[in-house]
Order: sequence, then structure tokens, then C-alpha cells
Amino acid sequence: MSNPQQLRYSKEHEWLSGAEDGVSTVGITEHAANALGDVVFVQLPEVGDSVTAGETCGELESTKSVSDLYSPVSGEITEVNEDVVNDPSLVNSAPFEGGWLFKVRITDEPADLLSADEYTAFAGA
Amino acid sequence: MSSTELRRTALDATHRALGATMTDFAGWDMPLRYGSEREEHVAVRTRAGLFDLSHMGEITVTGPQAAELLNFALVGNIGTVKPGRARYTMICREDGGILDDLIVYRLEEAEYMVVANASNAQVVLDALTERAAGFDAEVRDDRDAYALLAVQGPESPGILASLTDADLDGLKYYAGLPGTVAGVPALIARTGYTGEDGFELFVKPEHAVGLWQALTGAGEAAGLIPCGLSCRDTLRLEAGMPLYGNELSTALTPFDAGLGRVVKFEKEGDFVGRAALTEAAERAASRPPRVLVGLVAEGRRVPRSGYRVVAGGEVIGEVTSGAPSPTLGRPIAMAYVDPAHAAPGTEGVGVDIRGSHEPYEVVALPFYKRQK
Repeated sequence: MSNPQQLRYSKEHEWLSGAEDGVSTVGITEHAANALGDVVFVQLPEVGDSVTAGETCGELESTKSVSDLYSPVSGEITEVNEDVVNDPSLVNSAPFEGGWLFKVRITDEPADLLSADEYTAFAGA
Repeated sequence: MSSTELRRTALDATHRALGATMTDFAGWDMPLRYGSEREEHVAVRTRAGLFDLSHMGEITVTGPQAAELLNFALVGNIGTVKPGRARYTMICREDGGILDDLIVYRLEEAEYMVVANASNAQVVLDALTERAAGFDAEVRDDRDAYALLAVQGPESPGILASLTDADLDGLKYYAGLPGTVAGVPALIARTGYTGEDGFELFVKPEHAVGLWQALTGAGEAAGLIPCGLSCRDTLRLEAGMPLYGNELSTALTPFDAGLGRVVKFEKEGDFVGRAALTEAAERAASRPPRVLVGLVAEGRRVPRSGYRVVAGGEVIGEVTSGAPSPTLGRPIAMAYVDPAHAAPGTEGVGVDIRGSHEPYEVVALPFYKRQK
């Protein structure tokens, strides 16, 4: 598996796209999706919600477990992926593409986001 | 526990070569899944799946009084099991609490194989050894003598038939016969824990890899795939089968678990737990404890073991097992609930899922029954 070079990553295994008009897309990494197993339920924040970097903003449920979803940055939710709510398996089949989770207008971001190479070393994958 | 301390089955290298995600299960490093657990589940329901179950604990009981010993030590009437047949039973404490649920195979007139859950194998071995005092019978720890492979699913008879001359058509559910599979000696049993037709093959550990490869090859055209413990859990849950540690524990008698039928008071002689179980049977009839029921979600959030079952603002039970059901397409659970809320169709029952009360339908078990 390879982590796209153009993305940045959190240690909670979220990815963050480069900002377009101040808005970035967030998802979970393939490494995280594989660790979860088949995702069966996704609860996302709502458009307009404020999220805080490193705090929970939803949950991902797989066959064996439920995991909190963390926001990698602070900001306001501008869009959520309804496709992934309706078909959570997109998180497994296309974690970096169709399985994206939400878009956020960034107000603040932590200094410790990782590059693709740093995340690959961190995750051991 | 570090991974170096986990026990590994004879198929460990095979699982790793297949890219399995491994998990610590009762001190064993076992395959959780090879790819998608949902696809593995569907394969067993519609085609066939291949499992390594070598963590299960085999205990051999032999001798002139083997049947008498097992009748005394277990709650079932083991003496009436015919050679070549098997029985689902339990071993209880003197106070009636369930130590384990078991399958007992009568291999010969005076030879039985008791198969215990991995987590309880030592407890069962110790109890049988202690209870054997005074009987002309020997209890032998055969955990390391066997690897156990299971082929489960509607295509499994055809797959196995291509590798053996044994009379599979004559092998009934809950029967076992010695035979040769893919050139190696095996005890072929028509048992399983999936709700499907299927076979469990007890072989020497040194034959496990060859047999696995033979079954993989023989099953390829029929769509057999390797399957891990994750789908085994959802398969048994759909089939309404209890799991020790979830639905069964020392805090419960078989009557509390809705499995009083395994206790055979009519058998000859005393047995461990008889007095306490007699009381438990009367209590279950007059003042029923909580009842094990099925719950089906109206929404998509998954109940987990330990979650509270609620109705009218009151806690009326507890979830023992829960998972998304691939067959039903909705989350399901088994739960112990107060009798007043146990009838199928009872209105207003929910599960407290991390603070949110999600509506659930009470249904009779099992959730899934195969068409025969």
C-alpha cells in the first residue's frame, strides 16, 4: 500500500488534502481501514459543525469494533460524504478517493502533521 | 502478553503467507481474517470456507468405565452415544455453573474424544482428571496430538468427497468416522459452528499443511476461500449458537442459558451438579431468570457485548454478542432480557449504544436457518 505524496497525515491515521479556497478534504488512511476491517457504519459531523484538531468528531464501526473519528485540524465542516454514509465499504475499497469523509474550512492546524514518508514510517506500512 | 508467548498452530506459516490478520485468541495466535470478513462469511453461506481451528482442546477418555466417568463428569447422557456419533453437552460445577460447552465424540466403545473451547481446555482437563478418581478410565491431554481443519458451507460435501473414499453420504450431522483424506489419516466429523453443512477434520499436526493445501486446491473451482475467526463469530451468531464467555459462564446454569435440554436428569447414577441443577430447573420453570433472545436493529449502529438493553427508561437486559449480520444486512445481537420483554415482537425495546437508545426488534433465535 502506498500513501499519496500530496497528502498530509495525522498520528490518528487521518489524511488531509491540500487546501482549495481554504477547504481541505479529510479521510482515513488505507492502513487504518485495513486495521479496522470491513467498515459497516460511519457517523460524521454535520455541515456547519466546528471541529477541533485531535478531538473526536464521529465514529467508524467495523465488524469487530467501534473507533472514534478524530479531526486532524480545527475548523468548520463545509461538506460531508453522503456516499460513504450510505455505503461504508467505500472506506475500505477507496480510502483515499471515494471513501473520503468530510471537508473542513481550516482555522487552525497542529504543527505535527506528517508527510507521506513520515506517516509511512510511523504506521510501519 | 507479547506475541512471542502466543501459541502457534501447525498452519501458522500458511496463514502468514496468505496475508492473514492475526489475533490473540485464548493465548493462541489465530487468523482473524485473510481479506474481507464479510466476503468470508458470504463464502461459507453460499459456497465453502476453510478454517484452522487447531486451538480447540482435545481430551481423550478411554477405559472400561469411560462412559461412566463422562456420565458423572458431564451433564449429558454420554453412555447412550453410539460409537461413531457425537453429542453437544456441558460440564458444570457442583453449584451448576457452566465450566464449558463441549462436543463429545464416541470413537470406540471405550474411547471418547472431548473437544473443549481453547479458553477452557485446561479447566476441563483438570476437572475431568479430578472427577476420574475411582473410575477405571484414563483422561489424556491430546491438545498437541491434533490439528483441526474445518470445511464449512454448502459446497463442502463435494469438495471433501473429491479427496476421500469415506462414506460422506452415510455420515450424519453430529457423527464422526475415521478415514483417509488427501492421503492422510483423519477423524472426519460432520460438525461445525457456522449453521451450514460442513466437516471438521482432526489430523496429526504434521499433516495439517498438506491437508490445507489439498482442500484449497479441491475447493478452488467451487469458490472455497480461507476464513478467519471473525467470520466464524458472525456465522455462529446468525445461527444462534452460544459462545462461552459471551452467552455462557460459570455464573449461569444451562437452564439460565435456555439450554436446560442438555441436562439429562434421567440418566443412571449421580453427576456433578445434579442437586443444584435440579433447583435451577425448578427456578427456571416457576420464576424464570432472564431469557436469551435475538435482537435485530432498526438502524445501523452495532450493539456490542455488555451494552445495556432498555425499555421504558429501565435497564431490562444486557447484550452478550453483537455484530453486523451479513445475511440480514442489519446489526443483530443476542441478549439476556427480563421475561416480560422476551417475547418476539415485544414493543419498545432498545439498546443503549454509547448513550443513545437505538430501537431493536425482539426476535426468536436463530436469526438464520439453512434450507435443507
